[in-house]
Amino acid sequence: MEELISLFVRAVFVENMALAFFLGMCTFLALSKKIETAIGLGIAVVVVQAITVPVNNLLFNYVLQEGALAWAGFPEADLSFLGYLTYIGVIAAMVQILEMFLDKYVPSLYNALGVFLPLITVNCAILGGSLFMVERDYTFVESTVYGIGSGIGWALAIVALAGIREKLKYSDVPKGLEGLGITFITVGLMSLGFMSFSGVSL
Amino acid sequence: MSEVKKVLVEPIFSNNPIALQILGVCSALAVTTSLEVTLVMCAALISVIAFSNMSISLIRNQIPSSIRIIVQMTIIASLVIVVDQILKAYAFDISKQLSVFVGLIITNCIVMGRAEAYAMANPPGMSFLDGIGNGLGYSVVLIFVAVIRELFGAGTLFGVEILPLVKNGGWYEPNGLLLLPPSAFFVIGLFIWLLRSFHTEQIEEPEFKAARHVNKEAV
Repeated sequence: MEELISLFVRAVFVENMALAFFLGMCTFLALSKKIETAIGLGIAVVVVQAITVPVNNLLFNYVLQEGALAWAGFPEADLSFLGYLTYIGVIAAMVQILEMFLDKYVPSLYNALGVFLPLITVNCAILGGSLFMVERDYTFVESTVYGIGSGIGWALAIVALAGIREKLKYSDVPKGLEGLGITFITVGLMSLGFMSFSGVSL
Repeated sequence: MSEVKKVLVEPIFSNNPIALQILGVCSALAVTTSLEVTLVMCAALISVIAFSNMSISLIRNQIPSSIRIIVQMTIIASLVIVVDQILKAYAFDISKQLSVFVGLIITNCIVMGRAEAYAMANPPGMSFLDGIGNGLGYSVVLIFVAVIRELFGAGTLFGVEILPLVKNGGWYEPNGLLLLPPSAFFVIGLFIWLLRSFHTEQIEEPEFKAARHVNKEAV
């Protein structure tokens, strides 16, 4: 149990998807101008991440891994090279299913998320979560915790950045640094701040 | 001929995918701590984007538009698998250092963006060149960042000592911060500033301007 809590804290703060691994940067920079959209996108990422990482974990352990197909009578099959194609397929399918489900049963959330839901398919943070899960050999429970934690970490980072950018638009920035340039530098400072968590261990 | 040149050269500075369109930044930051890894990453990206553009352009008239994203995704993912397998076979150490970032080429927005914006509407040859041009634009930024980070962060280039380090009897004390994540953001931010001082048309208009100071000094 303690291990899981420590994994969770690590996924949220120390190994923050956006600020320590630069994942999901495109959406992170493009959609962080308003706090509301940042919150909507953050929630969507947490939900998708919490579903896809465990599902991909099951797929990896029972279908793709070397020798994983023993239950189907192919003990020598090694399909791990198909990993990328499978994970991205699962992510695209999950996002699509989630979209249909929300549209039918929770229309208010569906409308709030709007266009961000399909965009999540190409968010590197999601695919990155699955790839890290494979690389680090997480078990099913660990990968669930990691999925939720990394999603929350990403959401936290984008909401914080949106808050800073909302204030920043009233400030006088040197020409040429306006917009994208100053945003990069802000994110750098945030990332510096998040580095102070790296000593935290539970 | 001029069309070819335009497609190849324009994305490098005047329409740079990273600096202007903020596409594909994710991997730009993570792999730039050493120049060698960066060059491999650039080569991987250029080959994926060029061939994905070409293949998508070849079948562009057959792809039904409602499922085109899935088709593009599948083509890109297959190409990335090929690149990944080649790297694992011939450059295992570097492929270990790149870890998940080769896989993340799949979700690199530059590849998807070019497939969608250029390859779907243009013939295969030009799409191939457009892929190379955009790949080069991406590489320019990456190499710039990697040179700064490796040279000043570790005093080396390609692992060869350029600035003699203090610990080896030289004069240069390496700046460890440059090897940490935050500095990648700073370097790219400053690169954008530099680029926009030359290409002033890229400067974004501020949403608000501070009003001029009109109050007279108290007498």
